[in-house]
Amino acid sequence: MVAFERLAADARAAWDDPSFSVVRAWKEAAPGRKAVGYFPVYVPLELFHAHGVLPVGVFGGGAGIEIDHANSLVQSFVCSVCRSSLELGLTGRLDVLDAMVFSNICDVARNLSGIFHRNFPRLPVLYLHYPQNPGSSAALAFYRAELARLEGALEALSGRASSEEGLRRSIRLHNERRGLVASLYRLRRERPEAMDTSELYGLLRAGLVLPAEEHLALLRGALEAASARSRRPRDTVRVVLEGSFCEQPPLELLEILEQTGCHVVDDDLLLHERWFDSPVDEDGDPRTALARAYLDRAVVSSVRYHGARRRGEALVEKVRRHGADGVVFCTAKFCEPALLDYARTKEALDRERIPHLAIEFEEKMGVFESVRTQLETFVESILFFAEGADTLRA
Amino acid sequence: MGETYQHQGLGRNLQKQLLGAWYERIARAPETGTKLAYTFVPGNVAELLRVFGFELVFPEINALQSGIKKTSDRLISIAEDCGYSSDVCGYVKTDVGMVVSGGCGPVGLPLPKPDLLLCSFTGCTTFIKWFEALAELHGVPLVMLDVPYIREGESIGPADRAYVVRQLEELIPVCETVTGVRFDPDRLREIVKLSAEAEDLWVDILLSARRRPSPLDAYFEAVFFMAPIYALRGLPECVDYYRFARLEIEERLAHGLGPGPEERLRVVFVGPPPWPHFRAFWELFKKWGVVSVASSYSKVGGFWDEGFRHDPGHPLESIADYCMLCYTNQHLGMRADLLRRYVRRFEADAVVIHSVKSCRSFSMGQADLREAFIKEDGLPTLLVESDLVDPRYFQEAQLRNRIDAFFESLEHRRIVGAAAGPA
Repeated sequence: MVAFERLAADARAAWDDPSFSVVRAWKEAAPGRKAVGYFPVYVPLELFHAHGVLPVGVFGGGAGIEIDHANSLVQSFVCSVCRSSLELGLTGRLDVLDAMVFSNICDVARNLSGIFHRNFPRLPVLYLHYPQNPGSSAALAFYRAELARLEGALEALSGRASSEEGLRRSIRLHNERRGLVASLYRLRRERPEAMDTSELYGLLRAGLVLPAEEHLALLRGALEAASARSRRPRDTVRVVLEGSFCEQPPLELLEILEQTGCHVVDDDLLLHERWFDSPVDEDGDPRTALARAYLDRAVVSSVRYHGARRRGEALVEKVRRHGADGVVFCTAKFCEPALLDYARTKEALDRERIPHLAIEFEEKMGVFESVRTQLETFVESILFFAEGADTLRA
Repeated sequence: MGETYQHQGLGRNLQKQLLGAWYERIARAPETGTKLAYTFVPGNVAELLRVFGFELVFPEINALQSGIKKTSDRLISIAEDCGYSSDVCGYVKTDVGMVVSGGCGPVGLPLPKPDLLLCSFTGCTTFIKWFEALAELHGVPLVMLDVPYIREGESIGPADRAYVVRQLEELIPVCETVTGVRFDPDRLREIVKLSAEAEDLWVDILLSARRRPSPLDAYFEAVFFMAPIYALRGLPECVDYYRFARLEIEERLAHGLGPGPEERLRVVFVGPPPWPHFRAFWELFKKWGVVSVASSYSKVGGFWDEGFRHDPGHPLESIADYCMLCYTNQHLGMRADLLRRYVRRFEADAVVIHSVKSCRSFSMGQADLREAFIKEDGLPTLLVESDLVDPRYFQEAQLRNRIDAFFESLEHRRIVGAAAGPA
């Protein structure tokens, strides 16, 4: 068995690299290989796989790149993941991609597709409109047409059509991969000493650049190794991390969460890996299965409309389900979907007397001391005062 | 100029009266038994809703009216106290502030709660969050109308149109249940026809700006002239309004009148205005004799000057197309091409972009547009930043410096260019 630390280090080497070396190596390994980038949050990875195309998550440049060019093309009030993803393109780092996919997660991402279109004429931009009216009888047909557009583009790019059976195989592979992700999440929830959140995050994030088969092997090895890991349990409070579904917080921030005594029992980091609340159907028409899964089984997130289901209630339910003591809202600066949802969901938490804390991050934030102090205070207030405070209020 | 002419001031004053009467109808709706449909301006489906006798309420119009009346700062603070970030849309905060502070509308009359909350996802993701909040605050279910974005390099596809039309058909029984009024296709055709009539007249007014001097400021004046086409479209009084407004414009054309004393520079204006400082902002341009000859914001609800009309022959299809064609539902390349066409058709000297923090649907991409216009088209382009409703972001001195520097250099270039003669 490979040691967990070794696997975690491999994962980090794969993803924490703004030059996308892993993707370059994959393309160079055989002639004609194509890689297509996607901006957060969700894309149907199965379709890429079925066409032999490598999907590459372009989730910003993190703290690892300087922003020299993008600032003149986007205003100061725009989130850092858009800014740094654009910078990745302007500095040639996305030359390894053969196309780039955007979707209707927010107004900024939507218009970023247009900025990419103008600035990178050699990089085809594909835009997906995910249906926001899942209750309409026409949503399925519409979304199937969207998926067919994407497939058409992937086929043109790769020169490879997908068969029904091939697509079913891709669905099975990704179901298995998502199953492993769910197992890793369960393990962290039950035995936080098995794995830090920052480590779990790294394992998932490697999936943004690795082929699905390799990522699956990495996750399988990591699950085995983490289960066997023995570290001393610590005093912690159980928290749900909420609001980081698109721009990803700096790794240091995730480490500080742990250092200050937060045991993250659930989060929405790299949410596309836990997008469905049950596996995509493996029988029947695979395209309909993918479309139905999106319409009927997607977890509640800030980037889509979920019908009458209220976000606050969904969050309270998540807190209860995982026996969490509180919620840490960890939102990217200027992220409107997260910030607008915060105002609504916090009310629901207040009604249920669930403690919560809001912190904001940016990719390039360098000073974490005030966040550390906020988190320490939050943890202490739960550890020592929460019960008393409730009694007082009652 | 009002004293010596017959029709001057008509457009502005009549618009005020119509909006005043509309707000009164809204306030009295619970007494009169009129049902209220809350919906958004861009790509609105007014024609369909009017078949059922709904009075329409537009939260953005309430927010902007609060901006004009300088009450938005107080309402924004109320919403921020409820947990809304300083970095999110000021319209949402103004509206939420209005609801949680007791439901008094921008003109001092009550805003009764909605009977129907129709969230049209037309180019603005924030709309969804906005109406989710209103659904919770009012305890009214939200009805969604999902409108696909017009993608890069494409126009409206058949799957897109079919999707929107089907949703409109699904909306019909919902409206019937809420109002108790049966759907009448003939009534829909009549209303759509009234819309098309008003649209023809409005286009005449907009296109008048091709003349030199332009009779109309197609931004600073058009934002008032446009109110009826977005808020009252489909009603007979909307058609009447544009007949009168066109008289005012025709009189200006006949007498060579412009919106100001002198037209020295013609610009295409991009982005919404800073409502709480509307006058002060306009003054910064008037001083240079700047007249807007076309603008994107006057098309915020939808546009007709490129040929689209609501069509009584195909009412639902044309309503669907109207939804999809609104400015913020178009990809950036289409927006850039539209603005370039405006520059050519209206013989503009420059482009001015007012980039507002609140509305990223408008503003994201504007800095890139500036770069494209300057580098690819050699088109002088100014970008200034503030906000549409949050007065905290309006820095007058800073704006003045940028605006003065831009027009000073533009005038200088003209003088030098004129002295050098044609190349």
